Amino acid sequence: MTAPNIVRAGELAPGAAPVTPYGIPHRDGAMNPSVDALRERFGGAIGRHAVVWGETTVYVDPARALDVVRWLHDDPTQRYDYLVDVTAVEYRDLDTPIEVVWHLRSLPFRRFLRLKAELPRDAELAVPSVVPVYRSADWLERECYDMFGIRFTGHPDLRRILMWETYREGFPLRKDFPLRGRFSRSEQLHQALAAHPENRYSMEELSIADAFQELPADMRERLGGERTGE
Amino acid sequence: MGLITAPDRPAAPLTSVDPRSQEGWVTTRLDFLVNWARAASLWPMPFGTACCAIEFMATAASRFDLARFGMERLSYSPRQADVLICAGRVPFKLAPVIRRIWQQMPQPKWCISMGACASTGGMFDNYAVVQGIDTIIPVDVYVPGCPPRPEGLMYGILMLQEKVKNERMRDERIRYEIAPDPTSKLYIPPPRIDELSEPFGNSVQQNRSAL
Repeated sequence: MTAPNIVRAGELAPGAAPVTPYGIPHRDGAMNPSVDALRERFGGAIGRHAVVWGETTVYVDPARALDVVRWLHDDPTQRYDYLVDVTAVEYRDLDTPIEVVWHLRSLPFRRFLRLKAELPRDAELAVPSVVPVYRSADWLERECYDMFGIRFTGHPDLRRILMWETYREGFPLRKDFPLRGRFSRSEQLHQALAAHPENRYSMEELSIADAFQELPADMRERLGGERTGE
Repeated sequence: MGLITAPDRPAAPLTSVDPRSQEGWVTTRLDFLVNWARAASLWPMPFGTACCAIEFMATAASRFDLARFGMERLSYSPRQADVLICAGRVPFKLAPVIRRIWQQMPQPKWCISMGACASTGGMFDNYAVVQGIDTIIPVDVYVPGCPPRPEGLMYGILMLQEKVKNERMRDERIRYEIAPDPTSKLYIPPPRIDELSEPFGNSVQQNRSAL
């Protein structure tokens, strides 16, 4: 598979003028050509776009996010082979929806594309997981779920990654979360100390550990009834 | 042949020192002797979680040379350690870990809380950081600083040595293993912890959420 306009190291794209950081306009710079390709391919699933400081942001329908990402990854004219980050943004204004952000980079074509999906606050915060396309999305989506409470449907193992498994105070990066936590300090300390230290081992180790009975019910269910090594 | 034989003379008496003589022997308190030995051979268990651990490494390295205090043997196993040096902030997720490490250390044992974060939570007055490790385990010496200079840590070590030298074996309280309350898992009353970790200074307003 050869694409005609692959940019090799040390070369410029065909017909492109050299771009320095001083030459990039704030607004309305050169748009990433993938946006037009996306509109042609997906039509109504693609919303507005913006170009700020040379970086293109395009809004997509949350329900079609996995299809869009998969096409961007697989299509030989796009080849976005590197998932930089998956994160979320919540604005202080309660009317502004929460956004899930994917940063994609195409190393062969030297393109950067930022996808955003808007999740209304009145519905369940859920988007499709992109783990089937990018394995590196696994922990990124777990962190996003841990901090913002966004459910990535189809994720193979969606559980907390920074806070401990039995953390009950909510999602710390949400705007309605008090900085010092919801519970009193003594209650926080009590809950932290009541956690079994082996609770944060890997899934395989957990399945044979003493802490198995202290895990939440859904996690015990995920681990399955098969317990070995006892 | 070639053997050197002892000269033929009567064996020296077993007690060659006359108790009434003023020479050749000393008396001391067992307390003094044991504490002198303990204070000069403290084995630290470094529990380094943040930038204070870098300063601890500097303290242990050749320029500041922790070996001068009998501490050159850093014990990375709690079961062979005497001093737990907690260097850095401790998140709530690590709270049961540091408590288990403390419980694994054999008596006699001491604890140095190194730096502002380990002692009080420091600037991290938020949902994730323990507001002082003395709410989890007993602490003997607090070393202030963010992070403390190696001289500061060494001064704390000297203070700990002073404390060790002044211990009395008859004082049984110092060797008690503090058992946490089985229901609350704490050994300090919960209202005391809430009082200790009240916001102060610029963090008074931090109870608000952003909404």
